[in-house]
Amino acid sequence: MSTQLELVPVKPTTAIVGEPDTDSSRKGSKWFRLLVNDRVAAVAAVVLGLVFLTAILGPMLVGELANHIDLDNSNQPPFTLAHGWVNILGTDPLGRSMLARLIVACNTTLSVAVPAVVISAVVGSVIGMWAGYYRGWRETVAMRVADVIMSFPSLLLAVVVLYVFSPSAANIVLVLAITRIPVYLRTARAESAELQSRLFVDAARTFGASAQSIIWRHVLPIVLPTLLTVATLDFCYVMLAESSLSFLGIGIQPPDVSWGLMVSQGRTYLHTAWWLSFFPGLAIVITTVSATILAAWARIATDPGQRWRLTVPQKRLSRFTKTAKALP
Amino acid sequence: MFPFVRRRMYTSALPLIIVLLGVFLLARLTGDPTNLYLSESATPEQRAEFAAQNGFDQPLLTQLVDYFKGVIHLDFGTSLRTGESASAMALRAFPATLQLALTTMLLAIVLAVIIGCWAAYRPNSLADRFSSLLSMTAASIPDFWFAITGVWLFAVLLGVLPTSGVDSSLSWILPIATLMIRPLGVLTQVVRGAMVSALSAPYVRLARSKGAGDLRVVTHHALRNAAAPALTVAGDLAVGLINGAVVVEAIFGWPGIGKLMIDAILQRDFAVLQAAVLLTAVSIFALNILIDACYALLDARVREPVMA
Amino acid sequence: MTAVAEHPPAKDVDADPVLKVDGLTVEIRTITGTVRAVNDVSFDARRGETLALLGESGCGKSMTATALVGLLEPVADIVGGTAQLADVDLLGADRKKRREIAGTELAIVFQDALTALNPLYTVGTQLAEPFRIHHGMSARDAKRKAVELMTRVGIPQPETRLNSYPHQFSGGMRQRLLIAMAVALNPSVLIADEPTTALDVTVQAQIMALLRDLRAEYRMAVVLITHDLALVAEEADRVAVMYAGNIVETGPVAEVFANPKHPYTKGLLNSVPLNARRGDELKSIGGTPPDLHAIPDGCVYQERCPLARDICATTRPALDSVGSGRKAACHFPEEVKNV
Repeated sequence: MSTQLELVPVKPTTAIVGEPDTDSSRKGSKWFRLLVNDRVAAVAAVVLGLVFLTAILGPMLVGELANHIDLDNSNQPPFTLAHGWVNILGTDPLGRSMLARLIVACNTTLSVAVPAVVISAVVGSVIGMWAGYYRGWRETVAMRVADVIMSFPSLLLAVVVLYVFSPSAANIVLVLAITRIPVYLRTARAESAELQSRLFVDAARTFGASAQSIIWRHVLPIVLPTLLTVATLDFCYVMLAESSLSFLGIGIQPPDVSWGLMVSQGRTYLHTAWWLSFFPGLAIVITTVSATILAAWARIATDPGQRWRLTVPQKRLSRFTKTAKALP
Repeated sequence: MFPFVRRRMYTSALPLIIVLLGVFLLARLTGDPTNLYLSESATPEQRAEFAAQNGFDQPLLTQLVDYFKGVIHLDFGTSLRTGESASAMALRAFPATLQLALTTMLLAIVLAVIIGCWAAYRPNSLADRFSSLLSMTAASIPDFWFAITGVWLFAVLLGVLPTSGVDSSLSWILPIATLMIRPLGVLTQVVRGAMVSALSAPYVRLARSKGAGDLRVVTHHALRNAAAPALTVAGDLAVGLINGAVVVEAIFGWPGIGKLMIDAILQRDFAVLQAAVLLTAVSIFALNILIDACYALLDARVREPVMA
Repeated sequence: MTAVAEHPPAKDVDADPVLKVDGLTVEIRTITGTVRAVNDVSFDARRGETLALLGESGCGKSMTATALVGLLEPVADIVGGTAQLADVDLLGADRKKRREIAGTELAIVFQDALTALNPLYTVGTQLAEPFRIHHGMSARDAKRKAVELMTRVGIPQPETRLNSYPHQFSGGMRQRLLIAMAVALNPSVLIADEPTTALDVTVQAQIMALLRDLRAEYRMAVVLITHDLALVAEEADRVAVMYAGNIVETGPVAEVFANPKHPYTKGLLNSVPLNARRGDELKSIGGTPPDLHAIPDGCVYQERCPLARDICATTRPALDSVGSGRKAACHFPEEVKNV
């Protein structure tokens, strides 16, 4: 006969009653199955994985090539092996391999986007959860600050700030992080505030648990899935923002290279060397579209009420919900 | 209705004041402000004279008061480049951006409603999934790349559209398409989601039980309920539209406030930048009020509390 | 039960039923398989009379109603049976025909009035809607009709309240509005799906009285869906008892409640704590309703039935006649009185 004490969960549980709490190894495979069932999302995940791999390993492998100036080979068109496989995507005005530069730029772009997302996610979520937990004036102040930041176009903010403090990778990361904090703050606060009315929080309080431990052990695990979904989508936004800034000339500065900067540099050669601007942009599109698709999948997968859609193989889904006919 | 709008004005005034304050502090507290206003080749005497003229040697509080006085009179100083009043330049450039933004937003909303409703009507069908994929792609495209590819395709390769300028009506097409692509993608997804919810709501069942046909159910009953979340997103997107306008105007040479800002940055003309930024902030503030007013018009629960 | 049929017997009832449902079967597709939520359901409803569909939550009575009105959810299918309303084949009609009779011949009152009303439109607009759709009335004429309707269902100050929104009315008033919308075009059949479940007892009585008046005035056939035995006893003329998607007994209320011919009906009646004294044990029907994924062969009630025998596990009892105007689906209807 278990006592009341033993029935209190000691590890994070899902918020929905009735869902069996599988052990971690089976949990991992559950997510895997959910992903594989949605073919489009699975492809997106693979693509994104490749992008990250390129960012990590790229500079090591092709760093030299990206800086190898060869004026004899300048502005060569892509899709021919005449100038070597490394120039399969063409060369730029200085004869540098487009492929190599794309790979190195991947590293730069991601090394701005990822830290920005991580910083804003951590800071925003912590403040949001804290504000939602305590309610009262802390909540009001936090929300007001978020409103002020959100009411201003991020690009403008970045533009003004980078004007005053010259553009450097660190400044860009900081500015982008600050402009995105409200997104996480609002989400975390909303979920945290809603959880305050749940019984298990009161139960934890009666055991004398501190606010910190309640937030860490009870609020965070429930809020985490939503935050991850938001972060994935936000990653797209930050990538596009950095690209825009670099394109406008106030982001990544030469000799560093990012995809946005490459598009801008290729602009003057639009009539003669279209690939200079096309491929970097294509790289951005592929990465952001994959992240968007993955985020859409995550939104369904992390919602216990909607998850069933992913347990039915895609082809049967349409028959299942009687799609071909209109609603009655 | 009006007390509601008044209330919203008061609460929205705070961000505006903070923006004004922020610009002030940013300019004053990050080193010698004359560096921002004057070119790098200015001599120390010119700097001292400029500082005295603009009161930079005064205590900070006096500077703050003068600054706000200047703001109220719309005086932001003169442009380094042209010597004109910065606010005059900003106000002159603003209408071009406004035209671009309004047309884009209107077009995006209309198209998003049509596509979103059509997709929601047959959820999970091939058409629905295809339009979802398309709208997700559209929402993720970098606008500057879209613009450049568009210019290359239509202006360079095919020669049917101009590369820049405001001369003919044709020259509107690429800028609007570029500005529109991301809001369209996002809005379509939102409208579709909201319509799917609305169409499965109990009041739709009731309407059908009264004999309402599909058209009436979609346009009269469901759409109005789906409008609220769509409106929220449209408001956020409008703010992002300013971002887009900056890029679009830079690429197409559109003489709007975005181009003014970029030029001001590249030419280190802080007075003009300040004026343009603040004008943008005010218009966003006004837009938010407008959106909230739309909410109140749409949904009686917002403007009238529950009566007994 | 002794306190039964306190209401006067229905006058002016048609001899022929206006609504004839025969063998209606509805299946739901779930992830774990297809479930039969409504199985071979048959009943009749006559003008001027109230038929109650009585059963526990989840027994399929609401789904029967939504199937008849044509508002089933996309995962549910009608897989068998017919339903005839006057001379219209309900289940086979095309969408245009369905729209024609929706509100004019067949109307439904839903359970939760707050969510059933569109929160963004005034009640005047929503009440006027049936007139505008079916009679093509102008907005002004339709509004006038709406005022008449509101007066008829007892909403005070209808001219002013015409411009109020649903959230500004009390629960009872909202239910009256739903009823008003349903009877606006004088339908032949009115289905009321748990119309008073969400209301308190005094309001309940008023709403049922209103329904009774309207039934007489418009000569409607009322199908009352409920789980409330007392409500059935007071308001219904005939009853069809449902269990796990099947009809197990039908007949005039007074007779069925005085002398049930199905063990489930008897179990329901036994569990009403009439004349119970403190210290008495409350009676209930043992066990739980069957999982619709795994309905046993034979009688659907066998696992909880005190009269269950071998034949019950192999042969499903048909809904056979057990008296004048009475039917029961049991192999041993005469032994029920001993339960």
